[in-house]
Amino acid sequence: MGYDPKNPMEGRITDLGPHPYTDMLPPVIAENKGKWLYHEILEPGVLLHVAEGGGECYTVRVGSPRLISIEHVREMCDIADAHCEGYLRFTTRNNAEFMTDSKEKCDALIADLKSRGKKFPIGGTGACVTNIVHTQGWVHCHTPATDASGPVKAVMDDLFEYFGSMKLPAQVRIALACCLNMCGAVHASDIAILGVHRKPPMIDHERITGVCELPLAIAACPLGAVKPAKAEVNGEEVKTVKVNAERCMFCGNCYTMCPAMPLADPEGDGIAILVGGKVSNAKSEPKFSKLIIPFLPNTPPRWPETVDVIHKIVEVYAKDAHKYERIGEWAERIGWEKFFEKCDIPFTEKSIDDYRLAYDTWRTTTQFKYTNATAAYTK
Amino acid sequence: MPKHDTPMLDELENGPWPSFVTDLKRQAETHDECWDILGQMELSYKDRITHWKHGGIVGVFGYGGGIVGRYSDVPKQFPGVEHFHTVRINQPSGLYYSTKNLRDLMDLWDKYGSGMTNMHGSTGDMILLGTRTENLEPLFWDLTHDLKQDLGGSGSNLRTPSCCLGESRCEWSCFDTQDICYALTMHYQDEIHRPAFPYKFKFKFSGCANDCVAAIARSDFAVIGTWKDDIQIDQAAVKEYVAGNYPANGGAHSGRDWGAFSIQKEVINLCPTKCMWMEGDELKIDDSECTRCMHCINVMPRALRPGKEKGATICIGAKAPILDGAQFATMVIPFIKVSKENEYENVIDVIEQIWDWWMEVGKNRERVGETMQRVGLPTFLSVMEVEPLPQHVKEPRSNPYVFWKEEEVEGGWERDVVEFRKRHAA
Repeated sequence: MGYDPKNPMEGRITDLGPHPYTDMLPPVIAENKGKWLYHEILEPGVLLHVAEGGGECYTVRVGSPRLISIEHVREMCDIADAHCEGYLRFTTRNNAEFMTDSKEKCDALIADLKSRGKKFPIGGTGACVTNIVHTQGWVHCHTPATDASGPVKAVMDDLFEYFGSMKLPAQVRIALACCLNMCGAVHASDIAILGVHRKPPMIDHERITGVCELPLAIAACPLGAVKPAKAEVNGEEVKTVKVNAERCMFCGNCYTMCPAMPLADPEGDGIAILVGGKVSNAKSEPKFSKLIIPFLPNTPPRWPETVDVIHKIVEVYAKDAHKYERIGEWAERIGWEKFFEKCDIPFTEKSIDDYRLAYDTWRTTTQFKYTNATAAYTK
Repeated sequence: MPKHDTPMLDELENGPWPSFVTDLKRQAETHDECWDILGQMELSYKDRITHWKHGGIVGVFGYGGGIVGRYSDVPKQFPGVEHFHTVRINQPSGLYYSTKNLRDLMDLWDKYGSGMTNMHGSTGDMILLGTRTENLEPLFWDLTHDLKQDLGGSGSNLRTPSCCLGESRCEWSCFDTQDICYALTMHYQDEIHRPAFPYKFKFKFSGCANDCVAAIARSDFAVIGTWKDDIQIDQAAVKEYVAGNYPANGGAHSGRDWGAFSIQKEVINLCPTKCMWMEGDELKIDDSECTRCMHCINVMPRALRPGKEKGATICIGAKAPILDGAQFATMVIPFIKVSKENEYENVIDVIEQIWDWWMEVGKNRERVGETMQRVGLPTFLSVMEVEPLPQHVKEPRSNPYVFWKEEEVEGGWERDVVEFRKRHAA
């Protein structure tokens, strides 16, 4: 018996939840859970965890584009069946991990992974650029201001040497969100690639009555820029909304609430770059990413402007930061004025906060460093 | 055979990072609709704009979430993606899979979907990307009857809870993140599947302050492991690090010559509270000054471990910037025991104290962090029946605008201006 459309509720099962995690653990993990003593990264992408009683787990971490086919997942299963007793896991940053209980098995696993072309790059550990957490973009989303998979592929191609090595001052976490909704939660990343709109929404007066709750569309605007209005459609007056374009901050929240207010646009949309965020509490407190470049154009298929500026930031950081220093910690130590100078990024008024709580970020001390930006005052 | 020319996407088959385009083409051999995914995406690359319509409410009977509707705005050109709905499958805690289960899920998606997935979505679910409306009920039937598992959350409900891998493979985890994540996911099945909240609500469980699941940045209810006694020190292992016999930071910096390990420079000087020092060849820690940031433990995992009296700190109200700006979660409960012995009853009490209030006062599409901002932290703490502590703030307020309550002021607020004028001429 399967689903019967004539009796949709018959035999229905609900609220099962996920499979118990206990059914999903590789034997070496199940045996040693809660008994781990320490770990070491043996080489980029290869971790050794040692437990009380001498249990050892060798993990090999491989990158993935996140957007992957069932054939690709089945190939991962083949690898796990051959080397890992039929278990594998994924990381929160879209990498996959294969675990074994001995060095010999681990070596065979690595050889197997390396024999499969470029599908399973080994790395993503320690002081590296690991996989980019990202959203859907043009492959699946209705509100994006840029693509996700394409820019991620272009940036990872460019920074590939840093995925499979551990030569940076600290880990560099890059994330991409294709609009301000930030399903990718890029607001606390070392480098954030963020899709942004720059044109206010259009109003589709013909459709708005049928598809929108006008009060919700009006309430959706955080700046009160959406107001009730009337318009004429086919000789009849209809209730609709109008947008005060000067107040619009292009967040797209109105479009989320009302499909008759589209704002995406080939010229208007593009990418903003934010840097210096971190999630971890280690050393310094968690930090938000800060906007350093307000707009770069969408230039498929490889977004060279975005790739170049990220490359530059990573290279300057790699040379200039101290061991253990995250990008945000480095920028704070040298001062943001020095960050802009060293990375050769022009500072614009768009990096000065004029939204809520903006004053918190204004400089209210005479302590600052002279840089190229102050040359007009000092030369 | 390719159905559409995709010169721009083809370019993304070059380069060393694995290519989603190559993978889509591989899947297209057996799932013809993948050619239409490529075709529509190429059109987006050409037009520099999305070709997915807004919304479309679809789902399975009895659930208000778990499926996200998606329709192409160019279905005539790309009929294979006319409907392209997303199915969210609740992931196992810690993202471990048996290949048996993973193969079953892939077979299910082979039967009903496009063959493309995300491993995983940002909240943690396995994402199955692209199916037609008429496939949803049969897919759900097979998922529940044959695979014995369930959808995740979407919409204004409890989103699929997620956790770091915790004790399963990490020596630092201060509680069993996988177990509480699974237990609460099962406890709150109704809240996950049937939206009844003002807006989304996320739980995330991280075993330590390194916060690998980004709980403090991304969850309304963040449970982050910590301890209340002293960092455990193995002085013999400290000596090994000082002698350069153990790799610092677990070998995370081995790709570059940073010079010999210096415990003074790399551990003691980088401690945010400066609560560590060397006495001879022994490392000393004034634990009363420690803020448990994890840095010293990260750098010397064989010498230092979290304390023995473990639990968690609860932080509430993180969110991404829409609308009032991004928020990190605010520290509310400094320490709570997290133990399966009481079936997490004490944690559940805290959750329900938030929900009882937020479901009353939260506005439509207002995350709990925004409600907290709107009413103020003092009001929220009183809702939570938590005594205000200096730990709740970075610093005391600098303005004097205190909202005194009448009962706090001697004699109350009722006064007689006529009596006042008898003593004070206008």
